[in-house]
Amino acid sequence: MPVVFLARGNFLFETRLILIKLRSMITTIDVASIRRDFPILRTRVGGRPLVYLDNAATTQKPAAVLSALEKHYKESNANINRGVHYLAERATDAYELARKTVARFLNVARSEEVIFVRGTTEGINLVAQSYALPFLKKGDEILLTTMEHHANIVPWQLVSERNGAKLRIIPITESGELDMEVFESLLGERTKIVSLAHASNTLGTVNPVKELVDKAHAYGAIVLLDGAQAVGHFPVDVQDLDCDFYVFSGHKLFSTTGAGVVYGKYELLQSMPPFQGGGDMIGKVTFEKTTYKEPPARFEAGTPNIGGAVALGAAIDYLSGLDRVVLMEYEHDLLQYATSLLSDIEGLRIYGRASDKVSLISFTLDGIHPHDIATLLDADGIAIRAGHHCTQPLHRHYGLSATTRASFAFYNTREEAEQLAASLEKSKRLFG
Amino acid sequence: MSDLTELYQEIILDHNKYPRNYGCLDNYTDKGEGHNPLCGDEVTVYWKLGPEDIKALSFQARGCAISQASASMMTQILKGKSVEEAQELFQLLRRHLTQECEDEEFPEELGELAALAGVRKYPARIKCATLAWHAMCDKISD
Repeated sequence: MPVVFLARGNFLFETRLILIKLRSMITTIDVASIRRDFPILRTRVGGRPLVYLDNAATTQKPAAVLSALEKHYKESNANINRGVHYLAERATDAYELARKTVARFLNVARSEEVIFVRGTTEGINLVAQSYALPFLKKGDEILLTTMEHHANIVPWQLVSERNGAKLRIIPITESGELDMEVFESLLGERTKIVSLAHASNTLGTVNPVKELVDKAHAYGAIVLLDGAQAVGHFPVDVQDLDCDFYVFSGHKLFSTTGAGVVYGKYELLQSMPPFQGGGDMIGKVTFEKTTYKEPPARFEAGTPNIGGAVALGAAIDYLSGLDRVVLMEYEHDLLQYATSLLSDIEGLRIYGRASDKVSLISFTLDGIHPHDIATLLDADGIAIRAGHHCTQPLHRHYGLSATTRASFAFYNTREEAEQLAASLEKSKRLFG
Repeated sequence: MSDLTELYQEIILDHNKYPRNYGCLDNYTDKGEGHNPLCGDEVTVYWKLGPEDIKALSFQARGCAISQASASMMTQILKGKSVEEAQELFQLLRRHLTQECEDEEFPEELGELAALAGVRKYPARIKCATLAWHAMCDKISD
């Protein structure tokens, strides 16, 4: 028997070697095949094929996610954690399986560290209300950065208005990267929380979060990473990053809206009071006193978005079936290509030139306001985003009120980048 | 005419490129500010009110072609009008931009503003077309 096992082990090992070699030979992915997984990409807009470049706002959903959602409601729908009937058990199992899938996806130490919430916004509010509000006092400091989304600014302001904590801002350099020198000078005994985007939704900048976490920890501060724009573009390992909280939205990870995740280190979660009160999060309720469950249940009051959690699990399973390293390389190439095409357009200025970027480009074009660009591009079937992208302080930093943003996913193509550039040239001609 | 060329008529593009009465007005009697939180567009309208009518208007803005052109045309059409007439014109414009009078031709008294007719096909842009009007008319009636 041992011989058989050995032979089998060798066989698997060699197969893996061959696969690795094969993979290194493949320089690109089969985009046509991937695109077929996303039914909405077949949409035509005014007779033209849809060019969907608004992935930073929300990603499209593969058929596997849509069918998992439908299957859940057709075959397993019930409320969780309470019924003892057949469907209640199926639904509870499906929900908890999704939690395990997320746990594996983020490489958390234990699945009880995964809390389901509505999305990134609710996730940051949870940490602000259940960690920052009770644990910080007047004079304590929360470090944010110039490039933060409003969802990573306003929840902390709400807290600071109540407990007197102070917000301090890490500035950015000309290229749109964090000024690490200033960051280090801002760190001190008073720093209790550092909360920042893993990747910026406007600049695309991927922040050096591991280094930031290390430095913040040296001062005893905890770190929250807003992973909304990161998880859809590259693998994340929270244990490797050693961050204290990690938050993301399912709908930016090819799943449905209304379900997202807060990862928190267990001992931190255990020390925190509930975020919302209600069913499912309690131990025993009397009118005099209520006891709370352990995490994650403590932070999941009421019936959660069960279907959304199941769909999120399916989205992660879908991604697991693809080679994310190859996807990353593909997106990187696409970003380089689109950047070079847009750079050739006279009067176009790109904001965010970090050396490490996710595949999105924010820009302005002389003489045409971003909203007009959005309308003009829409006439060519191209979906992009125009406005402040919920980063008004960042726009103000550049003296702007709005930019245009094209954001790519792995199902986008070089041809689509070319169509974007051509449509921008056409817009310029119309506006003279 | 395609929806797009109807939206971006020559008049609109011209007012966008060469806005009339742009800048702060000397000796203005009041000003109104408009802000669209959805897109971050900002406009400030200045006016000089005489005993009978609006003597002069100007505007400063950061916004799309539709909001710029509408503001620019507004500063022209409201000059010499009474406050009451200004309010009536705004109501007339608003009715013709929204579903209420969707298929009707723009009446003559709206003049060049008829070029904004294309906005009706883009409901999200109606706010752009009325931003400066709100900034002024909401304030002047207070």
